[in-house]
Amino acid sequence: MLWLALHFHALSLEVFSRGAAVPDPLAVVEKQGSRTRVIACNEAAAACGVRVGMAAPAAQALADGLIVRRRDPSAERESLAGLAVWAGRFTPSVSLSPPDGLLLEISTCLSLHRGLANLLKQARSGIGEMGYAAAMACAPSSHGAWLLAKAGIEKVIRERARLEQILAALPVALLHQPPAVLESLERVGAKTLGECLRLPRGGVARRFGQTLVDELDRALGRLPEARAFFAPPPSFERSLELPAPVQDAEALQFAARRLLPELEGYLMLRQAGVQELELVCCHERRADTVLKLGFAKPSRDAARMQLLLRETLGRTRLPAAVHTIILRAPLVLPLSASCGDLFQKSSEADGDLLLERLRIRLGKDAVYGIETAADHRPENAWRPCQEQASAMATANRHRPLWLLPKPLPCHDGRLKLKAGPERIESGWWDGGDATRDYYVAEDKNGARLWVFCDRISGEWFVHGVFA
Amino acid sequence: MSASLESVLQHPGIWRGNQRAQTAEDALPTGFATLDELLPGGGWPRGALTEVLLSRQGIGELRLLMPTLARLSEADGWLAWVAPPYVPYAAALAAVGVRLERLVVAKPQSEADAWWTAEQALRSGACGALLAWLRAADERRMRRLQLAAETGHTWGVLFRHARAAQDRSPAALRLLLEPSRDGLAVTILKRRGGPVSKPVFVAMPQAGGARRARRAAPALSVVNA
Repeated sequence: MLWLALHFHALSLEVFSRGAAVPDPLAVVEKQGSRTRVIACNEAAAACGVRVGMAAPAAQALADGLIVRRRDPSAERESLAGLAVWAGRFTPSVSLSPPDGLLLEISTCLSLHRGLANLLKQARSGIGEMGYAAAMACAPSSHGAWLLAKAGIEKVIRERARLEQILAALPVALLHQPPAVLESLERVGAKTLGECLRLPRGGVARRFGQTLVDELDRALGRLPEARAFFAPPPSFERSLELPAPVQDAEALQFAARRLLPELEGYLMLRQAGVQELELVCCHERRADTVLKLGFAKPSRDAARMQLLLRETLGRTRLPAAVHTIILRAPLVLPLSASCGDLFQKSSEADGDLLLERLRIRLGKDAVYGIETAADHRPENAWRPCQEQASAMATANRHRPLWLLPKPLPCHDGRLKLKAGPERIESGWWDGGDATRDYYVAEDKNGARLWVFCDRISGEWFVHGVFA
Repeated sequence: MSASLESVLQHPGIWRGNQRAQTAEDALPTGFATLDELLPGGGWPRGALTEVLLSRQGIGELRLLMPTLARLSEADGWLAWVAPPYVPYAAALAAVGVRLERLVVAKPQSEADAWWTAEQALRSGACGALLAWLRAADERRMRRLQLAAETGHTWGVLFRHARAAQDRSPAALRLLLEPSRDGLAVTILKRRGGPVSKPVFVAMPQAGGARRARRAAPALSVVNA
């Protein structure tokens, strides 16, 4: 077993700040007893002298323009669930460690990600892309890894003896124990885990409770751990509150980019893809704007989604400022992982991307394939199709390559009839009655036309060109 | 003396005006032997623009491309038709061997969108061929298309009016088509390599089938009578 622990030490701050590219001074406060104190602040605020533990009014007095937000535990829970969904890209065994941690069992998926170093690199860049920061540590036991990450010791430890050595130096305050227990441990002089372990086991269990002994044993891997694994929700919907209202659609792109890795991880975990995505832009006192993104085939590639999103946002004019965006996948379709091509040839994927880009700019109906249809009337014997045309086409070598969208009345008396007639009588049952004799005609310039004589009115029309 | 002249002529730096360029670039055979002989590399230039100039639609300009399009449709990659003047007719295309599932038609609303679409299709490299009917051509737009074709290594065909024959153009190949009895008279206005002075006649399979008109009337004099 090898566990990767992720400790999101600034999660309470990041739930508010990750939507902005350049953060304003921000402090998160929480009511502790009768006073409201700063529990986290970003670098911009720290530069103004704001410190953790300060009273909220004092912090406000120090920094001009400081944004003070009350801690939002539900947003943090949601963010952590989003991160768990994202972590699904690495391993299906993701376990939550509320309020601010994730534990990933990674021993089984190392070769998939081409080694631990590569996996850690991907994880770090992914977390950064979503606007979070995490301390990462690996250890053979999940609780051991968690204690390391919480202490900020970013190490990969594979042997238990080495783990014991490093854990011994950590302060007891990291343990998940009631404050009373931690206080009395300090009073007896056990300030580190090592000192705690040197005390007689029986005595410790009697005095501080069996849970402390068990926790230490679990951290060292002496006691088996039972962890519940995170189960992904049946559908994907994530919202992101913007730090300040945004009017410019292009600026939304930054915030949307924060959400796409989560969606990608979710789809990987579910072995699924999406063919349609919705980006809901919530306005103040106004109906939401819903932007839809369509893909030619189910996809779960965040880079591709981002590209299409950029094009869509670039062509969108928002009616009002946006305060929150929601990314939603209404329908999740099964999609198995594709094998990477040894020679990096992916022209098929490029082709779909081209269609998607054209459809965004020109409109969905302006880009289509064509296929034959079972009808004798020439104008009904073809139809545009949005999906790929079926390979079963009815060929007819007596038809022109160009068909006029509407038959044109023919007033040119100098046409010569070359071939025909071909009588077409059809459509009397659906109102589109056609009773025509078709001929191939040549005009004075040598161009060949497909003309017909309407047998009811006796008038002549041009219907196609043998180009 | 003549031996030393031969050796001078062997020098790679020497280019002789009367021979067509032996380009290493791959060409797409047109399916018409008389035309292939005159084109550099023996076919349509892949990764470049081909301009087809004609005074009116429907003289056989599509039939000239069909053998190549049919072969390209066997491979991956779209055959993109941007802003076609009429409806490309499915049954006729299938009859000449074009696989319809490789075909994609784009009908942009504005001329700017049409140029953009053509450029994207060429640049993406996802298309085997691009056929475009574009108006308001200027040198900057043409050059962009030519560069996009080079980037995406795609055969781009631009249909333009014969009026544009005198304009400067960055296209690698420019053909002027004129109708002629049972075929097309093709004048090569520009090719890589030297110019060709005489038009070449390209015989083409007669369109519309060979069935004779039973109606003897030679002219449509009945119209509007």
